[in-house]
This record gives sequence, structure tokens and C-alpha cells, in this order.
Amino acid sequence: MERYEKAFLTACAAVLVIFLCALGYGSVGMGVHLPSYSGMIYCDVGQKLRKVLRATPPFDHIGVQQIAPGKYQAVVIAQTWSFTPDEIDVPVDADVSFVATSSDVIHGFFIPGTRVNMMLIPGQVSEFDYRFTKPGEYLLICQEYCGRLHHTMSGKVVVK
Amino acid sequence: MSTSIVSEPSGFALPQSQLNVIKWDIYFGFAVLAIGVIMGLGQALGYAHVNVVKYYPVVKSYYQGLTIHGVLNALVLTTAFANGFLALTTARGLGRKLNNALLQAAFWTLFVGSILAAYAMLAGKASVLYTFYPPLEADWTFYLGLALVVVSTWLTSAAQLFALRAWRKDHPGERVPLLAFMSIATYVMWDIASVGLAVEVVVFLLPWSLGLLPGVDPMLDRTLFWFTGHPIVYFWLLPIYVSWYGLIPKQAGGVLFSDTLTRVAFLLFILLVPVGFHHQFVDPGISGGLKFAVAGVTFAIFFPSLMTAFSVMYALEIAGRRRGGKGLVGWFFTIPWSDPSVAAQVLAMIAFLLGGISGLMNASYTMNMEIHNTAFIPGHFHLTIGCAVALSYMGIAYWLVPYFERRELWSRRLALFQAFLYFFGVMIFSRGLMAGGLEGMPRRTDMVHASYALAAWKIPGIMTGIGGTLMFTAAMLFFFILVMTKLAGKEIEPSDLPFTATVQAPPTVGWQPRLDRLGYWVLASLILVVAVYGPFILGHFPPRLTTAGLLYP
Repeated sequence: MERYEKAFLTACAAVLVIFLCALGYGSVGMGVHLPSYSGMIYCDVGQKLRKVLRATPPFDHIGVQQIAPGKYQAVVIAQTWSFTPDEIDVPVDADVSFVATSSDVIHGFFIPGTRVNMMLIPGQVSEFDYRFTKPGEYLLICQEYCGRLHHTMSGKVVVK
Repeated sequence: MSTSIVSEPSGFALPQSQLNVIKWDIYFGFAVLAIGVIMGLGQALGYAHVNVVKYYPVVKSYYQGLTIHGVLNALVLTTAFANGFLALTTARGLGRKLNNALLQAAFWTLFVGSILAAYAMLAGKASVLYTFYPPLEADWTFYLGLALVVVSTWLTSAAQLFALRAWRKDHPGERVPLLAFMSIATYVMWDIASVGLAVEVVVFLLPWSLGLLPGVDPMLDRTLFWFTGHPIVYFWLLPIYVSWYGLIPKQAGGVLFSDTLTRVAFLLFILLVPVGFHHQFVDPGISGGLKFAVAGVTFAIFFPSLMTAFSVMYALEIAGRRRGGKGLVGWFFTIPWSDPSVAAQVLAMIAFLLGGISGLMNASYTMNMEIHNTAFIPGHFHLTIGCAVALSYMGIAYWLVPYFERRELWSRRLALFQAFLYFFGVMIFSRGLMAGGLEGMPRRTDMVHASYALAAWKIPGIMTGIGGTLMFTAAMLFFFILVMTKLAGKEIEPSDLPFTATVQAPPTVGWQPRLDRLGYWVLASLILVVAVYGPFILGHFPPRLTTAGLLYP
């Protein structure tokens, strides 16, 4: 019976290694990236994070800007219980870089039906690149509990 | 086939004073569960756009109810059950009572801590959910209460370790009895894992809520939380593994195959404590390399659970074949399905297969982006803690309460029906949440009042509501059966724990006795903790406090 035991455990280990390789292939080979480190904005005790943010690039210019042909940057600030701006207009088939942060508690930045799913942590800049291939109106919601009106915190992304 | 008994203290009976503390730990946990599931009904129906929370006394918002549900069910119940049940299995396994003063202190610490946290939550001063991420701020009584809940586990662990030391003195050269080994290893794992939460609460949140610290460091505190927040699921799970490995084979009429394999599984849980970063896959301030490394550790911790699947299923197969089961799967139908304690726990195992697989999906960070903070996540963990663990608690209670009360279980048939009802309830509930989550339905959201809804969430939401209602009904039946057992159960002779025997006894020579030297494994675990968390902690030192925040959200 010990033979079965060994065979089972070897098979299990092999399956896990295969899964891990698939994950590695997904992130390196297919370029599926996670939101990554894009800098910190420090706000020391006594300062208002909101004010500090508005004075720090890129959050001094919120909204959508074209940064190169076919490339756009959407800069968003989240606060209880809204996104600024709450409507983001981008062209179809363009590379959109979402750069966002929070000015108070932890929020989320999630566009259901896409891979755009970030945590917005006060003091940290989140960035994620995405390309919308279908025109339409997409829902943008906060997916992290942020207080009593959390369920009203939403916006939209309009892809034309 | 020669068999040896896992532990030899045959006929050892615990003194009544010790049994009383253990009994009250467990009963307190179940009392708390009763409140937790009433809250849970409100959340499940909320996904179906039925608002029952507005009829609840005291509870003023969805999030207040959700906080009570999570804190009571996931933190207080699990701690109370582990403190009681693993004190019992340790004492019975070693054949000696634990220090009763420590166990009593653990009970009262847990009790006072729970009352403090409950006060804050009911007063509406702590609607921060059971993850209480700063800078959402709760009343200091909430944080102090949670700290006391953690302290109660350390007191229990100390009682176990003192008993182990005394046992070793009396039994030089002998292997630690398996039942006690598993129980003690669970707490040793938790001792390491709980440090993150303890530091977060005692060093940052408690002083902050008392006005002694001007702010918090949200990223650092979130990381400290998840240092504990993932291994905590093993603290929920391992007491159940103790039952699955150490008791269920006997209840089903089988034996456990390998003593060594069982010990190795528990040691791997101690070794692989630092897995928590996978809850922060979509956090910005953590590098991609670290995220990949932690995905690796998370996959590795799946391994001891696969070992468990083998060992426990094999033990059940032995039982089924002894009872006349034939063929490749025939044995599965001949295990004693008419015993509600066995049926409940085997159903819990089936749920855990699905729960484990969906957990692996969460750990795959590429997939994590699709489901992070969607309803998929509670769909997953209601299969694990909400079914594998909770239904096992119920199955264990079906022999444990008769053991405490010396009364026969009242209505085995109803208990059996209860177990199946709960199981199917969870299946429908989790299926709904997962289907919704894949369509982007968020978790932790008051859907009744939400300013948005997608058409694709409608049917999953209704399934969630129906499944949750079945779970609630089954839970209420469970409490009814326990109360009726106490009031109307037939009196029986004092009974013993259902001890399992192993086919292969633990060798006392060679390398294997070293498995019992928990200190080596703790050291190895600490090295891994430093390797994974060291660079992050160094990079975040000193903490940058921010005054942003929201009091009593």
C-alpha cells in the first residue's frame, strides 16, 4: 500500500508544479501582469492627503489625457463615496493606463467583465494597463468596503 | 493486518472540572454561531434583493450585520471551538489533564474579549467588517476585544505545551501520541501565525483608537493583517483535520493507514505559515517577484491537504470494505451513512474538495484579477469554513454533546436530515455566489440599496438567497437538536472519544522520532517568514503614518 501512497503524492506534487509553470507562463509568456508598484505619495501627520495629492503629478491633472498616439492615461482619485472623475471616456482599441489612488480609506477600482481590478490604498499609486476592444458603456465600481454608502460608489467608462 | 492504537491511555477519564471548561468553550462557540447565522440570513437574502435586515433589532445597516456575522462566526466561534476541542483531544491523547487554571483563564479571556467586541459592533461603533482594514476606524473596545480573543489561544497553547513537557518527562523515548501531536501542532502553527494580527492590533490600532497614535500605515497594517489572515484558515481547518484523521476512521469502522504521513502533513502547515501575501495580489506596493514567490508557497500548502485527501479517503475505504463494500467505489456507499456524525463530516469533506480547488484558483494570481473582491470569494470560503469546517463542527457535536451530557443524541434521523439540508444549502449558495462573482458581482456590498446592478447578477443572486435560507434553516435545526438532546435525550453510560488506530505504528528508531521535535520545524518556519516578509518589513520601516481615516464608518 505504501506504493499507492508514493504514487499519489508524486502525482500531487507534479500537478502543483505544472500549475505553477502555467502561472509562470501566463505572467511571463502571455504578459498577464498584476497591478504593480507605481510609487508612493506620502502625507505626514497634520497634512491633508487630499491636498497633497492634488499638488503631486499625475494627480494634479485628473481625467483622461492622450500621452502618445493610441495611448491614453486615465488619472482617477477615489474618496468616500465617489470616483473623480466618475465618467472616463476612452477610444476603442487604444492602450489605456489607469492610474489611481485613494485620498481617505481603502477603496477598489473594478470594471466588471474586464481584468481591471485594483486596490486603491491611501498613499499608494495603483496602475493598470488595459485595452477595450468593444465599444460601449462599462460599469466602474468600488469593490472594497469603504463605509456606509460603499454600495453607491460607482462610475462609468465610456468606450467609443 | 496488524494495528496499533494511536494512543495508549485507555480508560483515562478527564476530571469533571476540566470537562466543564471544555464544554463551556464549545457551548459558548455554538451560542455565538446562532447569532452569526441569523445575521448571515440577512446577507444571503440581500443578494436576492430581499431586505430582512430592516426587521432585525439593533442592527441598523447591512455592514453592521455583516461585521457581526464575520467576527462571530469566523473569529469567535472558531477560536472557542478550537480552544475547547483541541484541549480535549490533547488531554485525552496524552492521558493527562491540562492545567485547569490556564484553560479557565482562556475561557474568561475569550468571553470578556467577545463581549467587548460585541458591544462595539452592536453599538454601531465598529462596522469595519472582520478584516477591519485601517484607516477605517472602530472603537477601542473592538480592538481590545479581538486582542483578548487572540490571547485566549495563547493560554490554550501554553496549557498544551506544559502538558506535553510533563508527558515527555514521564515517557522518555516514546513517540508523542498522534491525537495529541496533531492538536499541539495546530496551536504551534497558530502561535507563529497570530503574531501579525497581534502586532497590528496592539502596536497600531489600539493606541490609534485611543488617540495615542496620530495615524496608521494602511499598507503595513494590511500586510500584518494578512500575515495572520491566511494562516488563520488553517487554524479553522486543522481542528477539523484532527477529527478527520484521529476520530472519523474509528467512527466509520476503519483505521488510519500511516502515522508518519499524518504527522508530516501537520508539520508542513507549521513550515508554510507565510502565505498571506496572496490576498494582496492586486495591491500596488508589493513587487511582482514577491507575488510569484508567494503563489509558489501557496501552491505548496495545498500539498498537505492533498495528503489528507489520500489518508482520510483511504481510512474511509478500509471502513467501507470492512462493512462489505466492493469494487472501485462500492466502499463509499457502505460507510455508515446512517450515523449523522459520520455523514455530516463526509459531506464536509466533499465540500472541501470543491473549496480547495476554488482556493487554488484564487491563489493563481492571473485568475485572481478576474475574481478579486467579487462574490466568488465568499462563494469559495463558504465551501471551506462555511461547510467543511462548520458542518464538521456539527458532525463532531453529534457525538461530543452526548459525551458531555451523557445523553443519547435526540433524533438521529433529524440530525441526518439536518446534515444533508445544510450541505445542499451551501452547494446552492456557493454556486450562486461564484457564478455571480465570475460576472463581476461584488462581495461585501449592500445589493438591496446599491446604485447599480447588472442583469447577469439576478439569477446568481436568487440562488444565493435560496441556498442561504436552506443553510439558515439547517443551522436552526442543529441548535434545536442540541437543546432537545440536553432536555430529552435518553441517559447513557459515560462514553469515550472515538479513538482511531493506525495500521503503521510510529517507529521509535531512525529519523522519524525527530518529527516530534516541533522546535526544528518552528525554526524552519521562522526562517521562511523572514525570507518572505523581511524585505517588505525593512522597506516599510519606520512606518509612515497617515491621518486619513474614517471613524465608525
